[in-house]
Amino acid sequence: MQLTVKLFAFFRDGRFKEEGREYPAGTKVGEIVADLGIDPDEVGVVMINSLQSSLKATVAEGDNLAIFPVIGGG
Amino acid sequence: MTEKIFRVNMTDLTTSVEAVPAAWAGHGGRGLTSTIVAAEVEPTCHPLGPKNKLVFAPGLLSGTIAANSGRLSVGGKSPLTGTIKESNAGGTSAQFLARCGCKALIIEGQPKGDVWYSLAVTPQGVTISQEKELIGKGNFAVAETLANRLPGKLGLITIGSAGEMRMASANISVKDPDGGLRSHGRGGLGAVMGSKKVKFISIDPQDGKVEIADTEKFKEANRAFAKALVDHPVSKALGQYGTNVLVNIINESGGLPTKNFTLGQFDGHEKISGETMHDTINLRGGKVKHNCHPGCVIQCSQIYNDASGKKLTSGFEYESIWAMGADCCVDNLDQIAEADRLMDDIGIDTIETSVAMGVAMEAGVLPFGDGAGILRILQEDIAKGTPLGRIIGNGAGSVGRAFGVTRVPVVKNQAIPAYDPRSIKGMGITYATSTQGADHTMGYTIATNILGVGGSVNPLVKEGQVELSRNLQIATAAIDSTGMCLFIAFAALDDATCLPALIDLINARFGIALTGDDVVNLGKYILKTERAFNTAAGFTNVDDRLPEFFYTEPVPPHNVVFDFSGEEIDTFWNF
Repeated sequence: MQLTVKLFAFFRDGRFKEEGREYPAGTKVGEIVADLGIDPDEVGVVMINSLQSSLKATVAEGDNLAIFPVIGGG
Repeated sequence: MTEKIFRVNMTDLTTSVEAVPAAWAGHGGRGLTSTIVAAEVEPTCHPLGPKNKLVFAPGLLSGTIAANSGRLSVGGKSPLTGTIKESNAGGTSAQFLARCGCKALIIEGQPKGDVWYSLAVTPQGVTISQEKELIGKGNFAVAETLANRLPGKLGLITIGSAGEMRMASANISVKDPDGGLRSHGRGGLGAVMGSKKVKFISIDPQDGKVEIADTEKFKEANRAFAKALVDHPVSKALGQYGTNVLVNIINESGGLPTKNFTLGQFDGHEKISGETMHDTINLRGGKVKHNCHPGCVIQCSQIYNDASGKKLTSGFEYESIWAMGADCCVDNLDQIAEADRLMDDIGIDTIETSVAMGVAMEAGVLPFGDGAGILRILQEDIAKGTPLGRIIGNGAGSVGRAFGVTRVPVVKNQAIPAYDPRSIKGMGITYATSTQGADHTMGYTIATNILGVGGSVNPLVKEGQVELSRNLQIATAAIDSTGMCLFIAFAALDDATCLPALIDLINARFGIALTGDDVVNLGKYILKTERAFNTAAGFTNVDDRLPEFFYTEPVPPHNVVFDFSGEEIDTFWNF
């Protein structure tokens, strides 16, 4: 299935900002994180279609997946 | 050095140094400014009249070597909100005031006539001088002129033309270690300083030092505290990207108020994001990391250069960039940086002024996206005090009233900052219940609603938001009393060693034995003291509400409204 993956902050270093990517149906966010070579302990926030999610969630065809490191501000 | 209260009476131009009353002894920073304002200011007074007072207080740990302890609090009755106000900022003045033995500097009264003054603070007290040369000058000219006029590296607190003109969103600016400026931004206390005809305050600590009751314990606690800060990943990201790292994540969440709060996402978000800013700074030879006060181990500030490599601005914050950017639909980071520099120079709040520009855009004063128009109005109208400049310089509410706009994002007349309360509901509770008008720093639920720090509470549901905002507002009031930067809260929420180390620092500084419960009780006391002032000033629970349009206009992409009843909001105060 096809989905859009967006990376932020230093997760972009040596990777990409946004890419359309192909994964088998039933893939979990954690598997995509591993596939991208990102340390899961560094992941702070995951959103699927602008909704808060987690590494355990399963993505679906056409989803917009955003992966952020632990960040803050204010 | 024994701590004293330094008092300046601008009516008869006298000064005094007084013993610290017992009831004030345990307080610092916000806890002290709010205690003094509640004790000495008539809640119903006119904020710009002789009965209001302007109170500066370094935090409990300011002037020591404790990491991140350089925040200065200033309090008074706000000309913008009519409530009690405390605003805190970095720079070197908190540390220098503490080293003067100044627990608080109280400026009261008001001179007759049109003569302006400056104040000079040393460990011996305060002297008042007449000032002519710098009247009408911007903050940067004040800082540069005084660097030549006054010997040594002094602390400097100043107002620009907005403060002189008593605009309700005027800043009080504080010099940082490199001659840049930090701002007491929210609530217009710069207008109060202007109403007292004080253009600037210089601070010379001479060889003054802050006494530490137990030096060894203090050093040990500071090591643990600094380690907790440095080790937390949020601190690292703040150093690398600054607070502006939030543009993309808040946009992704659908909570980035855009086009005067009609949308929750901005098409131009990538162009104004922290990632783009980081790359631009590196490309132009600026500095990604910069500290606003000595001893900061997070260094979220930066030096942003223009295309020719010349410094354009520093302390370039997410909320300022959001306001000028998404809220006004300007996607040009250089124009936003130029506006940031101009607002620092004029001495006017970047959040209030930019939200006011967004309302002016809705009113048709200028089109959305007109960055050049914003720069023109800042220079030609606000800095010069034309009628339009004064309408905008008095804030978003003022613009709404002048032009008959109903979509005016303010609570208690203070502009709502960079997080939409419909799609990030915890922030709505903070905006509604804050004792000081809409202010994200009062109870930053973004940590838990969006960033996954201190647990997780779904931003789109009502459950848990009141309790989250309450707990954060209590903790924030306590942290604001220590002189600590609020960004220690990210480590404090996640790292079990951080808060005990902070309490150990306070105990070692004063030779006391505070517990975690004492700190929570301090936070509760501050909120209740501030609320009591507001109640006596005429505010009721009905003022703890958001503007009507948040309840009736769904915001995309989630198409949600703010759906808390008044009764639900009022449960905030059940403590």
